[in-house]
Amino acid sequence: MEDEVMKNAGYMLAAFAVAWAGVFAYVLFLSVRQARLRQEIDALKSDLKEKGAR
Amino acid sequence: MKRNTLLVAGFILMMAALYLIFLYAPIEKDMKLVQKIFYLMVPMGWLAMLAFIVTAVGGILFLVKKSDKWDILAYSSGEVGIVFTTLALATGSIWAKPVWGVWWDWGTPRLTSTLILWFIYMAYFLVRNLSAEEHRGATFAAVVSIVGLADIPVIVLATSLWQGLHPPPLIFQSGGLDPKMRVALMTSVIAFTVFYVVLLMFRTSLRHDEAELKRLKEQSQ
Repeated sequence: MEDEVMKNAGYMLAAFAVAWAGVFAYVLFLSVRQARLRQEIDALKSDLKEKGAR
Repeated sequence: MKRNTLLVAGFILMMAALYLIFLYAPIEKDMKLVQKIFYLMVPMGWLAMLAFIVTAVGGILFLVKKSDKWDILAYSSGEVGIVFTTLALATGSIWAKPVWGVWWDWGTPRLTSTLILWFIYMAYFLVRNLSAEEHRGATFAAVVSIVGLADIPVIVLATSLWQGLHPPPLIFQSGGLDPKMRVALMTSVIAFTVFYVVLLMFRTSLRHDEAELKRLKEQSQ
Protein backbone atom coordinates (compact mmCIF):
# COMPACT_ATOMS: atom_id res chain seq x y z
CA MET A 1 0.00 0.00 0.00
CA GLU A 2 2.78 2.38 1.01
CA ASP A 3 4.73 1.44 -2.13
CA GLU A 4 1.67 2.31 -4.20
CA VAL A 5 1.41 5.78 -2.60
CA MET A 6 5.14 6.42 -2.96
CA LYS A 7 5.07 5.42 -6.62
CA ASN A 8 6.61 8.19 -8.74
CA ALA A 9 7.40 10.27 -5.61
CA GLY A 10 10.76 11.05 -7.25
CA TYR A 11 8.97 13.09 -9.91
CA MET A 12 7.18 15.11 -7.24
CA LEU A 13 10.44 15.78 -5.41
CA ALA A 14 12.12 16.75 -8.69
CA ALA A 15 9.32 19.21 -9.57
CA PHE A 16 9.43 20.90 -6.14
CA ALA A 17 13.24 21.01 -6.24
CA VAL A 18 13.30 22.54 -9.75
CA ALA A 19 10.63 25.13 -8.87
CA TRP A 20 12.25 26.25 -5.62
CA ALA A 21 15.79 26.15 -7.02
CA GLY A 22 14.60 28.33 -9.93
CA VAL A 23 12.97 30.90 -7.65
CA PHE A 24 15.97 30.99 -5.27
CA ALA A 25 18.45 31.27 -8.15
CA TYR A 26 16.54 34.26 -9.51
CA VAL A 27 16.36 35.95 -6.09
CA LEU A 28 20.11 35.35 -5.65
CA PHE A 29 20.79 36.81 -9.11
CA LEU A 30 18.75 39.93 -8.23
CA SER A 31 20.47 40.32 -4.84
CA VAL A 32 24.00 40.02 -6.26
CA ARG A 33 23.16 42.41 -9.09
CA GLN A 34 21.68 44.94 -6.69
CA ALA A 35 24.74 44.81 -4.41
CA ARG A 36 27.07 45.36 -7.41
CA LEU A 37 24.95 48.22 -8.75
CA ARG A 38 24.86 49.95 -5.37
CA GLN A 39 28.66 49.66 -5.13
CA GLU A 40 29.12 51.15 -8.59
CA ILE A 41 26.63 53.95 -7.89
CA ASP A 42 28.35 54.84 -4.61
CA ALA A 43 31.79 54.81 -6.27
CA LEU A 44 30.61 57.02 -9.13
CA LYS A 45 28.87 59.41 -6.75
CA SER A 46 32.01 59.86 -4.68
CA ASP A 47 34.07 60.33 -7.89
CA LEU A 48 31.69 63.02 -9.06
CA LYS A 49 31.80 64.67 -5.62
CA GLU A 50 35.61 64.76 -5.75
CA LYS A 51 35.56 66.22 -9.25
CA GLY A 52 33.09 68.88 -8.09
CA ALA A 53 35.29 69.77 -5.09
CA ARG A 54 38.34 70.36 -7.28
CA MET B 1 2.65 48.20 1.43
CA LYS B 2 6.37 47.79 1.99
CA ARG B 3 8.27 45.02 0.20
CA ASN B 4 9.47 43.39 3.43
CA THR B 5 5.93 43.24 4.83
CA LEU B 6 4.76 41.56 1.64
CA LEU B 7 7.73 39.18 1.78
CA VAL B 8 6.81 38.10 5.32
CA ALA B 9 3.15 37.70 4.26
CA GLY B 10 4.28 35.65 1.25
CA PHE B 11 6.47 33.44 3.42
CA ILE B 12 3.66 32.76 5.92
CA LEU B 13 1.25 32.03 3.05
CA MET B 14 3.78 29.70 1.43
CA MET B 15 4.26 27.77 4.68
CA ALA B 16 0.46 27.49 4.97
CA ALA B 17 0.28 26.33 1.33
CA LEU B 18 2.92 23.64 1.92
CA TYR B 19 1.03 22.43 5.00
CA LEU B 20 -2.22 22.28 3.03
CA ILE B 21 -0.58 20.57 0.03
CA PHE B 22 1.16 17.81 1.98
CA LEU B 23 -0.90 17.37 5.14
CA TYR B 24 -4.43 18.62 4.42
CA ALA B 25 -5.24 17.87 0.79
CA PRO B 26 -5.93 14.17 0.14
CA ILE B 27 -3.70 12.03 -2.07
CA GLU B 28 -5.31 11.67 -5.48
CA LYS B 29 -6.38 8.06 -6.08
CA ASP B 30 -4.90 7.54 -9.57
CA MET B 31 -1.86 9.80 -9.75
CA LYS B 32 -0.88 9.46 -6.07
CA LEU B 33 1.92 11.82 -4.95
CA VAL B 34 2.69 13.06 -8.47
CA GLN B 35 -0.60 14.98 -8.38
CA LYS B 36 1.02 17.32 -5.78
CA ILE B 37 2.97 18.89 -8.66
CA PHE B 38 -0.37 20.35 -9.74
CA TYR B 39 -0.18 22.78 -6.75
CA LEU B 40 3.04 24.17 -8.24
CA MET B 41 2.44 24.14 -11.98
CA VAL B 42 -0.98 25.82 -11.81
CA PRO B 43 0.32 28.88 -9.86
CA MET B 44 3.39 29.03 -12.15
CA GLY B 45 1.17 28.92 -15.24
CA TRP B 46 -1.12 31.59 -13.77
CA LEU B 47 1.88 33.85 -13.04
CA ALA B 48 3.28 33.29 -16.53
CA MET B 49 0.06 34.82 -17.88
CA LEU B 50 -0.40 37.50 -15.21
CA ALA B 51 3.18 38.74 -15.65
CA PHE B 52 2.70 38.93 -19.41
CA ILE B 53 -0.57 40.88 -19.02
CA VAL B 54 1.26 43.35 -16.73
CA THR B 55 4.07 43.57 -19.32
CA ALA B 56 1.58 44.34 -22.10
CA VAL B 57 -0.37 46.88 -20.00
CA GLY B 58 2.95 48.55 -19.09
CA GLY B 59 3.83 48.54 -22.80
CA ILE B 60 0.51 50.13 -23.77
CA LEU B 61 0.87 52.84 -21.10
CA PHE B 62 4.47 53.46 -22.19
CA LEU B 63 3.34 54.00 -25.80
CA VAL B 64 0.45 56.24 -24.77
CA LYS B 65 2.03 58.27 -21.94
CA LYS B 66 5.68 58.15 -23.12
CA SER B 67 6.81 57.75 -19.52
CA ASP B 68 9.80 55.52 -18.68
CA LYS B 69 8.17 54.35 -15.46
CA TRP B 70 5.73 52.21 -17.49
CA ASP B 71 8.56 50.72 -19.50
CA ILE B 72 10.38 49.88 -16.26
CA LEU B 73 7.23 48.11 -15.00
CA ALA B 74 6.81 46.23 -18.31
CA TYR B 75 10.48 45.18 -18.45
CA SER B 76 10.53 44.05 -14.81
CA SER B 77 7.31 42.06 -15.11
CA GLY B 78 8.62 40.51 -18.33
CA GLU B 79 11.78 39.30 -16.64
CA VAL B 80 9.91 37.86 -13.64
CA GLY B 81 7.38 36.38 -16.06
CA ILE B 82 9.96 34.51 -18.10
CA VAL B 83 11.24 32.86 -14.90
CA PHE B 84 7.73 31.65 -14.00
CA THR B 85 6.98 30.55 -17.57
CA THR B 86 10.18 28.49 -17.65
CA LEU B 87 9.29 26.92 -14.29
CA ALA B 88 5.70 26.24 -15.43
CA LEU B 89 7.01 24.40 -18.50
CA ALA B 90 9.60 22.49 -16.46
CA THR B 91 7.22 21.39 -13.68
CA GLY B 92 4.50 20.61 -16.23
CA SER B 93 6.91 18.40 -18.12
CA ILE B 94 7.99 16.58 -14.94
CA TRP B 95 4.28 15.99 -14.17
CA ALA B 96 3.55 14.77 -17.72
CA LYS B 97 6.16 12.01 -17.77
CA PRO B 98 4.66 9.69 -15.10
CA VAL B 99 1.04 10.67 -15.89
CA TRP B 100 1.04 10.66 -19.70
CA GLY B 101 4.19 8.62 -20.27
CA VAL B 102 5.87 11.42 -22.25
CA TRP B 103 7.79 14.55 -21.24
CA TRP B 104 6.02 16.63 -23.85
CA ASP B 105 3.05 16.32 -26.21
CA TRP B 106 2.82 18.66 -29.20
CA GLY B 107 -0.83 17.69 -29.68
CA THR B 108 -1.84 19.33 -26.39
CA PRO B 109 -2.59 23.01 -27.11
CA ARG B 110 -2.20 24.14 -23.45
CA LEU B 111 1.46 23.08 -23.57
CA THR B 112 2.16 24.40 -27.04
CA SER B 113 0.50 27.78 -26.39
CA THR B 114 2.48 28.14 -23.12
CA LEU B 115 5.69 27.38 -25.02
CA ILE B 116 4.67 30.03 -27.58
CA LEU B 117 4.27 32.48 -24.66
CA TRP B 118 7.85 31.65 -23.62
CA PHE B 119 9.05 32.44 -27.16
CA ILE B 120 7.08 35.73 -27.11
CA TYR B 121 8.84 36.66 -23.85
CA MET B 122 12.16 35.85 -25.54
CA ALA B 123 11.20 37.99 -28.55
CA TYR B 124 10.31 40.82 -26.17
CA PHE B 125 13.84 40.86 -24.74
CA LEU B 126 15.50 40.12 -28.07
CA VAL B 127 14.04 43.19 -29.82
CA ARG B 128 15.07 45.33 -26.86
CA ASN B 129 18.64 44.07 -26.85
CA LEU B 130 19.06 44.17 -30.63
CA SER B 131 17.95 47.78 -30.88
CA ALA B 132 20.83 50.26 -30.85
CA GLU B 133 18.74 52.98 -29.25
CA GLU B 134 17.11 52.17 -25.90
CA HIS B 135 13.89 54.12 -26.38
CA ARG B 136 13.30 52.56 -29.78
CA GLY B 137 13.96 49.10 -28.34
CA ALA B 138 11.40 49.77 -25.60
CA THR B 139 8.86 50.86 -28.24
CA PHE B 140 9.40 47.72 -30.37
CA ALA B 141 9.20 45.54 -27.25
CA ALA B 142 5.91 47.21 -26.24
CA VAL B 143 4.49 46.34 -29.67
CA VAL B 144 5.66 42.71 -29.30
CA SER B 145 3.97 42.51 -25.88
CA ILE B 146 0.67 43.88 -27.26
CA VAL B 147 0.70 41.45 -30.20
CA GLY B 148 1.73 38.62 -27.86
CA LEU B 149 -1.28 39.30 -25.67
CA ALA B 150 -3.33 37.34 -28.24
CA ASP B 151 -1.71 34.14 -26.89
CA ILE B 152 -3.26 34.57 -23.41
CA PRO B 153 -6.89 33.71 -24.35
CA VAL B 154 -5.53 30.78 -26.39
CA ILE B 155 -3.79 29.41 -23.26
CA VAL B 156 -6.88 29.98 -21.10
CA LEU B 157 -9.32 28.39 -23.56
CA ALA B 158 -6.98 25.63 -24.77
CA THR B 159 -8.25 22.99 -22.34
CA SER B 160 -11.92 23.71 -23.09
CA LEU B 161 -11.61 23.92 -26.87
CA TRP B 162 -8.90 21.47 -27.87
CA GLN B 163 -7.99 19.57 -24.66
CA GLY B 164 -5.48 17.01 -26.09
CA LEU B 165 -3.87 14.98 -23.27
CA HIS B 166 -4.40 17.83 -20.78
CA PRO B 167 -7.26 17.33 -18.28
CA PRO B 168 -10.37 19.52 -18.81
CA PRO B 169 -10.81 22.63 -16.60
CA LEU B 170 -12.13 21.09 -13.35
CA ILE B 171 -10.90 23.52 -10.72
CA PHE B 172 -14.08 25.57 -10.30
CA GLN B 173 -16.60 22.98 -11.48
CA SER B 174 -18.85 21.42 -8.87
CA GLY B 175 -17.78 17.83 -8.34
CA GLY B 176 -14.55 18.54 -10.25
CA LEU B 177 -11.86 19.07 -7.67
CA ASP B 178 -11.99 17.87 -4.06
CA PRO B 179 -12.79 20.91 -1.83
CA LYS B 180 -9.66 20.29 0.26
CA MET B 181 -7.54 20.21 -2.89
CA ARG B 182 -9.17 23.46 -4.02
CA VAL B 183 -8.28 25.18 -0.71
CA ALA B 184 -4.66 24.01 -1.05
CA LEU B 185 -4.51 25.14 -4.67
CA MET B 186 -5.99 28.59 -4.02
CA THR B 187 -3.63 29.15 -1.05
CA SER B 188 -0.69 28.19 -3.26
CA VAL B 189 -1.89 30.52 -6.04
CA ILE B 190 -2.23 33.43 -3.59
CA ALA B 191 1.19 32.71 -1.99
CA PHE B 192 2.95 32.61 -5.38
CA THR B 193 1.10 35.75 -6.51
CA VAL B 194 2.39 37.60 -3.43
CA PHE B 195 5.91 36.36 -4.32
CA TYR B 196 5.43 37.65 -7.86
CA VAL B 197 4.51 41.12 -6.50
CA VAL B 198 7.58 41.09 -4.21
CA LEU B 199 9.86 40.03 -7.08
CA LEU B 200 8.30 42.68 -9.33
CA MET B 201 8.98 45.38 -6.71
CA PHE B 202 12.55 44.10 -6.29
CA ARG B 203 13.20 44.04 -10.06
CA THR B 204 11.60 47.46 -10.54
CA SER B 205 13.86 49.04 -7.92
CA LEU B 206 16.85 47.33 -9.57
CA ARG B 207 15.84 48.77 -12.93
CA HIS B 208 15.72 52.24 -11.33
CA ASP B 209 19.26 51.64 -10.00
CA GLU B 210 20.40 50.59 -13.50
CA ALA B 211 18.97 53.84 -14.90
CA GLU B 212 20.68 55.87 -12.17
CA LEU B 213 24.01 54.17 -12.85
CA LYS B 214 23.69 54.94 -16.56
CA ARG B 215 22.91 58.58 -15.79
CA LEU B 216 25.90 58.87 -13.43
CA LYS B 217 28.22 57.29 -16.01
CA GLU B 218 27.11 59.82 -18.62
CA GLN B 219 27.61 62.61 -16.09
CA SER B 220 31.13 61.45 -15.21
CA GLN B 221 32.30 61.33 -18.84
